[in-house]
Parts: sequence; C-alpha cells; structure tokens
Amino acid sequence: MAVCIAVIAKENYPLYIRSVPTENELKFHYTVHTSLDVVDEKISAMGKALVDQRELYLGLLYPTEDYKVYGYVTNSKVKFVMVVDSSNTALRDNEIRSMFRKLHNSYTDIMCNPFYNPGDRIQSRAFDTMVNSMMMQVC
Amino acid sequence: DPSDSLDFPVELCCRPWRSADRVPISFKVLPGDHEYPKCRTKRTSYEWYIPKGILKTGWMNKHLNLVPALVVVFYELDWDEPQWKEKQLECATRVEIVRQSLQGRNTKVAVVLIQKKTPLPPGEDVIASERAAALCNACDLSGKSLFVLPHTDHLVGYIIRLENAFYEHAQTYYYTEIRRVKSHKEFLNKTTHQLLFVRHQFKIAFFSELKQDTQNALKNYRTAYNLVHELRAHETNMLEIKTMAGFINYKICRLCFQHNTPLDAIAQFRKHIDLCKKKIGSAELAFEHAAWMSKQFQAFGDLFDEAIKLGLTAIQTQNPGFYYQQAAYYAQERKQLASVLCNHDSSVTYPNPDPLETQTGVLDFYGQRPWRQGILSFDLSDPEKEKMGILSLQLKEKNVLHSELIITLLSNAVAQFKKYKCPRMKSHLMVQMGEEYYYAKDYAKALKLLDYVMCEYRSEGWWTLLTSILTTALKCSYLMAQLKNYITYSLELLGRASTLKEDQKSRIEKNLIKVLMNESPDPEPDCDSAAVKASQKLWADRVSLAGSNIFTIEVQDFIPFVQCKAKFLAPSFHVDVPVQFDVYLRADCPHPIRFSKLCISFSNQVPVFLTICNSHHKETMCLVPGKTRKFSFKFVAKTEDVGKKIEITSVDLILGSESGRSLQAARSFKRRPKLPDNEVHWDTLTIQASTMIISRVPNISVQLRHEPPALTNEMYCLIVTVQSHEETVAKDVKLTAGLKPGQDANLTQKTQVTLHGTDACDDSFPALLPDIPVGDLQPGEKLEKPIYIRCGTVGARMFLFYISYLINTVVEGKEILCRCHRDETVTIDTVFPFDVTVKFVSTKLEHLDRVFADIPFLLMTDILSASPWPLTIVTSQLQLSASMTPVDQLESYVENVVLQTGESASECFCLRCPPVTNASGVATGCYIISWKRSSPVESVPVVNTVITLPHVIVESIPLHVSADLPSFGRVRESLPVRYHLQNKTNLVQDVEVSVEPSDAFMFSGLKQIRLRILPGTQQEMLYNFYPLMAGYQQLPSLHVNLMRFPNFTNQLLRRFIPTHIFVKKTLL
Repeated sequence: MAVCIAVIAKENYPLYIRSVPTENELKFHYTVHTSLDVVDEKISAMGKALVDQRELYLGLLYPTEDYKVYGYVTNSKVKFVMVVDSSNTALRDNEIRSMFRKLHNSYTDIMCNPFYNPGDRIQSRAFDTMVNSMMMQVC
Repeated sequence: DPSDSLDFPVELCCRPWRSADRVPISFKVLPGDHEYPKCRTKRTSYEWYIPKGILKTGWMNKHLNLVPALVVVFYELDWDEPQWKEKQLECATRVEIVRQSLQGRNTKVAVVLIQKKTPLPPGEDVIASERAAALCNACDLSGKSLFVLPHTDHLVGYIIRLENAFYEHAQTYYYTEIRRVKSHKEFLNKTTHQLLFVRHQFKIAFFSELKQDTQNALKNYRTAYNLVHELRAHETNMLEIKTMAGFINYKICRLCFQHNTPLDAIAQFRKHIDLCKKKIGSAELAFEHAAWMSKQFQAFGDLFDEAIKLGLTAIQTQNPGFYYQQAAYYAQERKQLASVLCNHDSSVTYPNPDPLETQTGVLDFYGQRPWRQGILSFDLSDPEKEKMGILSLQLKEKNVLHSELIITLLSNAVAQFKKYKCPRMKSHLMVQMGEEYYYAKDYAKALKLLDYVMCEYRSEGWWTLLTSILTTALKCSYLMAQLKNYITYSLELLGRASTLKEDQKSRIEKNLIKVLMNESPDPEPDCDSAAVKASQKLWADRVSLAGSNIFTIEVQDFIPFVQCKAKFLAPSFHVDVPVQFDVYLRADCPHPIRFSKLCISFSNQVPVFLTICNSHHKETMCLVPGKTRKFSFKFVAKTEDVGKKIEITSVDLILGSESGRSLQAARSFKRRPKLPDNEVHWDTLTIQASTMIISRVPNISVQLRHEPPALTNEMYCLIVTVQSHEETVAKDVKLTAGLKPGQDANLTQKTQVTLHGTDACDDSFPALLPDIPVGDLQPGEKLEKPIYIRCGTVGARMFLFYISYLINTVVEGKEILCRCHRDETVTIDTVFPFDVTVKFVSTKLEHLDRVFADIPFLLMTDILSASPWPLTIVTSQLQLSASMTPVDQLESYVENVVLQTGESASECFCLRCPPVTNASGVATGCYIISWKRSSPVESVPVVNTVITLPHVIVESIPLHVSADLPSFGRVRESLPVRYHLQNKTNLVQDVEVSVEPSDAFMFSGLKQIRLRILPGTQQEMLYNFYPLMAGYQQLPSLHVNLMRFPNFTNQLLRRFIPTHIFVKKTLL
C-alpha cells in the first residue's frame, strides 16, 4: 500500500497529492518533486520510441532509505508518482503496475467530466475514494 | 570530540602512494641499531586465554609502520677492498645487531653492498664470487639476500631491480605471516574465542592486502565481516561490534571499487546498513548511533566519488550524492537526538575524574568504552561509573556543531546531484541547507540560499513547497530586519499562490500594514527568542531612521497579493480619437487594502505617466478582497506615434502614504490580457497590453481609368482621378505611383513608369515614382493625372497609387495637424500583342526542314493578333543576315493594316542562300514589326517589336535538276519538257538518266542515256510528252543516277521537278 500518491501535470506542477496523514506532508511533496528529475530523464531517454509501443510504467524511480518511489507517465505526459514504504516487501512490480493502471483509469474518468478543465487541480470524490483504497490504512 | 572516535583510523584508510610503474613498497630509513617493537613470546596454548577485545588499536599501525617485512643493511664495500677481512666482520656485526632486534619475528634481512666500481659480468670476476660466498657465510645470509649497488651511471636501473627483489622478499614475509595467523585457528574454540575468530580473520585479510593480494584480502574481509555479525551482541559491546563492522565494510567496499565491481560494493554497503541500522546500542547514546550511520554513508560516498575520479561511471539514480544526502539525514537525526538526550541543565558539570580519560591516553581496543576497557561481561559491574561515562559523552555531544556537519554533507550532495542532472534534488538539498543555516542562526546565508531556489519552485507551480520556503525566508528577513525582503515575502505569502491558512495570512497582512505605517511588525512564530529580542531592537532602529522610505518591488517575477490586468479597448486607435484603456485590480489578501496611487507607463519614447491620486473618491482607492475593481483612462495619442505600437510597460501601485512608508509594486507587462463592466469574473478578463496608433481615416476618393490588359512594351496609359471630400483644404497633396514594392525583383527591371506618354521610355526609367507633388486640393476639387507604364515582360503586376495629404483637425478640443493617406492598388496583366510564326517553304510551297544552297526558297511570316484591342501594323521590315540574299525586292505587304483580335497578316519573301561550310545552321536575320494600339489619338507612340528569325540548315547538293514545262497539257497535243541538269560540284560527273514511261503519256526523247557534265556547267535534256488522258496525270518519271554520289536519290529529285501535270481535254 502506498504512503503517497501524486498526479503531476505535463508542465510538472502537482494536480493532486495525497499522503498518509501520520507523516510530514511537506516531506512527501519534496520526495515527489525530486523524483521528477528521474521521470524527466526517463522520458527523454524514451525519446522517439513509437507512441503505441511505449511502456507507460517507468518502474522504480529511485530508492531512498525509507521509501521506494515509482513512476508512470501517460501519453499526454501526465505523470503518476507513488511512494511506497521500503519495508513493504509484499508489493511486487506487478501490483504496482496494476495500481498505476487503476489510477490511470480513474484519471481518464476525470478527464471525461465535461466540467473539468484539463490542467486544474483534481477535486473529485471518486478519485479520492480510489486513492484512499490504495493508501496505507492508518489505524 | 566524540565525533573523532567515530572517524576511521588513518591506518585503515591509508594506501601506499607510488607511481604506477614502481612496486608498492613503503620505505623507512632507520639507523643500524634501531629497536623494532618487541615480539611477545608465542603462545603455545589458547586454552586459558580469554581475549579482551576484537582488535587492538595499535595493531594496524604496528604492521604498517613499525614492523618491517624486510630490513636491508646498506654497507659500502668493493670486491677489491684491501682490508676485506675487517670489513666483512663489521658487516656481519651489523647484520647481527639487526637480527637481535628482530628476534622472534619472521622479518627478512638482506645486505646491499654499495660499490664504486662497475661490476664485471657474472662469472668473470673470480674474486667477487669467492668473497660474496664468504660474506654470505659470515652474515648467515642466503645468496639471494646479498645485493650489489654500483654507484655508477645506471643508478636508476639498479634501484628498480633492487626494489623488485625487495618486493619479492616482502611478499614472502607476508605469506609466512598469513600462514602463522592461520595456524592459530586450530587452537581456538567457538565459545571463548569468538573475538579471536574475527581478529585473526581480519589480520589475514590485512596481511593479504599488504601482500598486494587483493582478491584474497577481499575474500578474507568478507569472512571477517560475517564473523563480526556472529558475535554475541549486547548493549555493552554494540559499539565495538559496529566499529569493527564499519572498518571491515569499508575495506570490502574499497576493494570492490578497486576491482571495478561497483555493484558488489553497493550490495555490500546495503547489507551492512540493513544489518546495523537497528543496532542502536544504549538508548541514552542514540545520537552516537546516528553519528555512526552518518559516518558510514559519508565514507561510502567518498569511496564512490573516488572511484568515479578514477574512471567509474555513475548514473542519475546511483551516484555518491545519495550517500552524502543520507549521511546528512543521519547527521540531522543525530542533532535531533542530541537536542533531546543532551538537554542537560547548565548546572550539570562534567564528571571529575574524566571517565573518558585512559591511562595511556588511547583505547586498547577499537570501539570500547574508556571507563570499562577489556571487560567482556554484559553486566555492569559499576553502574555509577557507567552513568558518569554516559553523562560525559552527552556533555561532549552538546558542544558538537551539528549544523556545520549537516551543511558540509548537504553541500557535498549538492555538488554530486548537479553533476548527475538532478536539478530538483539539488534545489531540495539547497532548501535544507538554507533551513540548516537558519537553525544555526546564520540568517544571511539562509536567506541567500532560499532566495536562490525559490524561483525554481515558483516556476514549476509547487505552491506548498514555495509557501514553506517563503515562510522560512520571511522569518530570516524578520530576524535581520530586512525591510525590502520582508515586504516582498509578505506580498507573496498573501497572494493566491500561498497555501497558508487565512489566520496566518491575516497576521502577515497586519504586519505588512504595520510596516507600511512605519511601525515594527510582530515577531514571526517559532523563532528563537534571543534572536527575536535582537531583531526587535533592529526594527526599532529602522523605524526611527529617516531616509528613503519608498521601496520599488518588481512583482513581475513572483505572485503578489494584488493581481492586475490591463486592457486597451481596441487593438488600434485612430490618431484623431482618444485612446481608451482599463486597468483592473483585485486583491487576494484577507483584509481590504488601501492604496494611494496608481501609475501606468507606456513604451513610447517619452513615457506617459497616468496617475490617479487621492483626488478621486476615497472608496475607489480601496481594494476589497475577492472583488475586481476597474479603472478607466483615456488620453490623446501624439501624431508622431502614428504607425507605432503603444504598449503598457508597467502598472505601479503605491501602497501606504507619503508620510509613512510607501511601497511601489511595479507590475510589468511583457505579455498580458484584457476585459468588461462592473462586476466581472477575473478569469474571463484577457489582457490587451498594447495597441496601435493609426492615422486618421482619409476623406478623398481615388479612381483609376485604363484599358487592360497592357501590351508588351507599349506605353500603357492609366488616368488617376483624385477628388477631395474634406471640409477644409487638403494641403501638400502627394502622389506616389508605380510598381508596388515587394514583388519579384525582375519586375522592377522590366517595368518603367513615366508621366510623359509621348515618347517611348527606356530601361533607365524608374518602376515607382514617389511623392509627385500635386499641390493643394480645395474641398470638392477633382484632379486628373495620366501615368504611363511600360511593361517589358508578360504577366501580372501590382501597381500602387498612394495619395497623402495634410489636414487640420480637432480632438478633445485640441487642434492637431495630421497626415492622411489613401492608397489604391490595381493588378494589371501584360500580354503579347501578337504571335508571329515563321516558316521556310520550297518554291513548290512544300515545307522545308532544310534549304539547298543556291536554290531559291520562300520565307513566310504570319502575324496573329492576340490583343483584345485593335492593333495597327504601321510597317514591317525584314533584315537579312549577310549569308542570305533576297531573290527580288523586299517590301512590306502589311503596311497600315489594322488587325482585330484573332486576325492575322502574312507576308512572303523569296530568298536564296549561297553554299556554306557550316553544317549547323545559318542565321536568317530578323523581322521587325512596327505597331501601335489603334487609337484615335495620333500621339500614341509606335512600338517596334523585333523577332529573331530561326536558323536554317543549308545543304549542298551535287546536282540540281530543274524542269521547264507548261502549266498544263492537252490531250493529244505535244507537251515539250526541258530538264536542266546542273553540276554543282567541281568534279566531272557521270550521270545516268532514264525516263520511265507513264500510262498517260507517250513521249519522245532519250529514254536512257549516260553522259558527263563538267563542273559548273549544265546539260539540257529535251523531251516531247504526248498526253493520252485528261486529268491530273503522272508524268513519265525522270531517274537520275550519279556514279559519284550514290546518296543522290530520286526522292531528292522529286523536290525539284514536278511529278504530275494537269491535262485538259482537247477543245473540239
């Protein structure tokens, strides 16, 4: 289960950040922000690979002592970043992938909402619920 | 300083330094009677031996610097030394002294004889080999340990050879040492000698390293590492275990990098950290563990960085920066733990006697507590002593400059991340450095760093992070009483980008208002109380200080709490109407804000300042949060600005008053939007920051009269009619006429414009006539001007007719003199007036693709009018080239012919061409047509069009045959035919002539003959044909065969002589 989930716009500003309430929110903001260095690098390395052949899942961005940061980028260059506790070894790559896919689907639903302006911060109950279901539950 | 005890000892980290082409030996020059460390008596049994620790602190140094692997005695002795016996004895004595001192050690001894003479090749010097053997015997040396160093020319070569020999001896020494340590193993048991397993393994690895056997060293260190973690750990020996684990880990990682297996190094380090992370040890000394962790990461970062400098490639996600960063985090944790654990009252004094003092001043074993060295029991025998020891460590920790350590590590990390394309990581670390400086009360440095990185977060729109940084920056500027920064950060923290809560914003706004009223602001929350006291004094000084109280703050680069949009009402304004624009302001702060002035400046050279001041109603000068306020302005543009773009360069909002402190927030508009009425939705406002000033609308009409299309090269007449509809006199009227600029450059060459149409103009005339003065135009007056244009090529051209004039007018009660202009463009097509075709035909009017020398032919011309208007061909003229001669008089048959569209006029000329040698063709000459547009006006100039006639191929023929015969025959009436055969060559020609009969004729004459024709002469053949039938009948055909010219065919012959004739019936 994730400790922080973020959606980042194409221009690299945050559209949505949610982290577990027990820890310093600011720290996760910094973690997500710094992980964009790696995302940028990975995207530019992918370069001109054919769009439909491109893997959206970027894999582990970088490990810190306490957390693992994973990334995912949509074809419209919106990024999803997920921070997972390092001690959580139960989460495999496949599960992370499927979590990202769920996130992407939910994001697509938001984009389909005619009242949502692309580029605005995300304020959606459905998205919140979905993100909550993927976050580490704090008792 | 306790941090020192955690540093790796020098002996652990040192490396022999020698250049790559020399063997790695460390030399020391010692006197002959030097005392080496005493060797303890060898243990014969370990049965009763209990070790007191893992590794003695002196051991590494002893084997690195004190106990040699090889001692070399240098002695000056030549082989032919006269006092050989005495010298030999002295040398043996010296060797013996060394041996005595090394008693019990395996250290090798060697002797080097320094000689003045160059040695003879081995085997040739009998005395030398004898004496060498004797010396070895006397010194109890093997022959391999005796060397000679001739002090001659090739010293360096001898030295290198000696070094290699020493190196071998040294390696043998370490080999035996390893064997010796290994041999202890069998005496050890697992219960009491656990520590010795580690110690011996470490020693074996260390000796292997000295032996330069890095592979075995690595293997043994790895074993040692595993053994350390097998030791029974307890709070009391945790530090010793971690210290040794740290040492061995360092060695392993270093060797892995040296073997170019960085992934192994990283894996080992990860394992090390995972194993040790939770081995905190004494909770009261938890900061010590954090410090140790920090040290581990820092050391690994250093090793990694060193490997990179030696050629290793690092990547964005795996570079030394991460390790320095983590080291910094542990240093921060250490600081935090220390602040809790070492928070002793100032009355607590340092224990006396110092529990950290040892008798020798150093520890016996690495990682042990000075107050209970060598005690292996896990029970604390003396709890009071333990308490004192911990207290002294805590008090020492209190004095550590944690921030300095943290900042150093962070800046190391910054340097790395800069290298590996991690700009955001770098910014994040710089923020942390800034915050650390803030905690260390170095506010100036903190502010410098924070201010530097702020824009990164602003430009990427990470408002939460920006707000956090701004909050710290605001604290710094408050504590330093830096007015301008304080105001700037306040403005942004009040703005919409700030994620602060309303109550915080409200507090900041109140403070800002206080500052504007020239009062001290309230302190920022959570500041160090001593620093607040100091800053309050600074603020008090500032307030009492008179001086420049106006601050201009460029808000272009950040997001202030007042938003501004400006909009011209139209994208352009005529110079005779006032320019109107609106400025919209909106405040995002929690409380209404009053301002004293609003200034707008523009981009034209003389800036126009528009200001609204207090003279306006008071309430408009107040911005209510969340409401958009509109201010409308108008002004009269200057006539010089016609055609220019006017841009609002900045809007300045002045807060506060002249008397208090005022703040000028300058908003510059490099690109910004516009908007509508009363209550407006801010986001729907678009900015229109620039407008064009354009000239007054002209009130004249311009008409063009002409008859298109134009014909190539004619003087095409176009009449411009200008009529004024102005109410006053239009002065200084000027006409610009001609080819519109900006078209194909070739058109400029091929177009001429003139005012005088009677004479044809040449290429020197311009394509555009600028500013033709026309004088003044009274109201209603009409003016006509003919313009003549000559177009040298066909195609479409755009012509421009531009009329400008000056007129007086009144705007907003102000009289201005403005220039108006009107332009007309017209596209005129130019076409060829006619098409001319030329063809060559034979005198039989048959088409010729070549002509025959000296034989007359016809040139036919055909002029087909393509003009939509009637054309008059004034005359035509054929100018023949020298190689052509007319057969008769050349005169024009088309003089004064008028051609309507599609009509054509033809002429025909008979020509002859003398023989030529040139086979490729002969120039014919040219055909000149003089023509004009048919017009009642006599003065229309005539245009001469020259048509170059095609080249023609001239061929010589050997024999020309012509026939004289009547134009028709009659049935049964004799028809005399005479053939002339003319020899055109200068050879005598044999000719065979035959006539083939035809059904329609009988004939008399020579039916077949062979004859000779002399050069240049001709032969006549006379026949009498007698037609038998009426109608168009084939004549009996003449065949001519030339012996010399087999190519001369009858087909060719047919060109010259008729084949048929019309035969009439006889009149009965």
